Amino acid sequence: MPTSTPKITPAARRAFLRGMRGAAPFILVIAPFGLLFGVIGTEAGLNIAQVMGFTVLVIAGAAQFTAVQLMVDNAPTVIVLATALAVNLRMAMYSASLVPHLGRAPLWQRALVAYGLVDQSYAVSILEFERTAMPLPERFAFFMGSFLVISPFWYAATLVGAQVGTAIPDSFALDFAIPITFLALIAPALRTLPHIVAALVSTLAALALAGLPYGTGLLLAAVTAMAAGAATELAMERRA
Amino acid sequence: MTGFSDAHVWLVIAGLGIGTYLIRFSFLGLVGDRPLPGWLLRLLRYTPVAVMPGLVAPLILWPQATGGQPDPARLAAAAVTLGVGLWTRNVVGAVAAGLVTLYGMLALLG
Repeated sequence: MPTSTPKITPAARRAFLRGMRGAAPFILVIAPFGLLFGVIGTEAGLNIAQVMGFTVLVIAGAAQFTAVQLMVDNAPTVIVLATALAVNLRMAMYSASLVPHLGRAPLWQRALVAYGLVDQSYAVSILEFERTAMPLPERFAFFMGSFLVISPFWYAATLVGAQVGTAIPDSFALDFAIPITFLALIAPALRTLPHIVAALVSTLAALALAGLPYGTGLLLAAVTAMAAGAATELAMERRA
Repeated sequence: MTGFSDAHVWLVIAGLGIGTYLIRFSFLGLVGDRPLPGWLLRLLRYTPVAVMPGLVAPLILWPQATGGQPDPARLAAAAVTLGVGLWTRNVVGAVAAGLVTLYGMLALLG
């Protein structure tokens, strides 16, 4: 049976580059965050292979910090795993919301997308998919572009942090690069009343539930906000 | 790391790596091209605007860098980023405006 080499069309190539461009601002977030994980992980007593094991195999910053902190606190392994995985549960929502856009892709492509499904690649891609109609191969190419532009910085920054042992000083205020990049990305997506309602409910609920452990507050806030957005959409349809 | 052997650390890495991958793969991998019900699609349409604001709101209001105290420079930077993003729909422009505001205010307020 002849094997067909997947052809990369010029359109897919352009989509890949647009994905890279879209996610590039997030390098600003990824690099300091990776650096910090390298430093914290090493200080906690992990060797370089273990630090990189976390960064390459888990590839989820917040969960990695949580796991290392709990290990330092001598929490039981089951608690470490359950807590860090709870922090990542929002990614199941990401996965579900990508089904309409990438569900028809071949299994190997979906398997790759799953590995690269981090906050930044997800946010950039889903907002682009909602804004612009494009064929499936271009959607896949766009996603991979958005992931591949940030992941090398994540790996490399972690490695540098583990080797050098110094993070970027707090005075650079790079902690705030996370809110700024996500706000900049989400603002243009607030284009209809249901979207605005969902964002407001998400904000208020997340603040009200901030005391809940392990990111469960964010999960509840997100589900509530999705329901609020959908309900607003339904109410507007009924009135129209 | 007190009381943790190498093998133990690798166990956590493997468990967390596999578990996280399965969470990410879940719907995308298992549902695939089967159609989702309309009500679920309607909910999922709002996933990004339902998750991202909640993700950043506590970071904006209670930044760790200031010990959880609301900080005028960071609040102003967030407001400018959101405003420029809404107005221009330009992500890079909004990031730049937010950073300029942040560093400007931090320099100004010392």
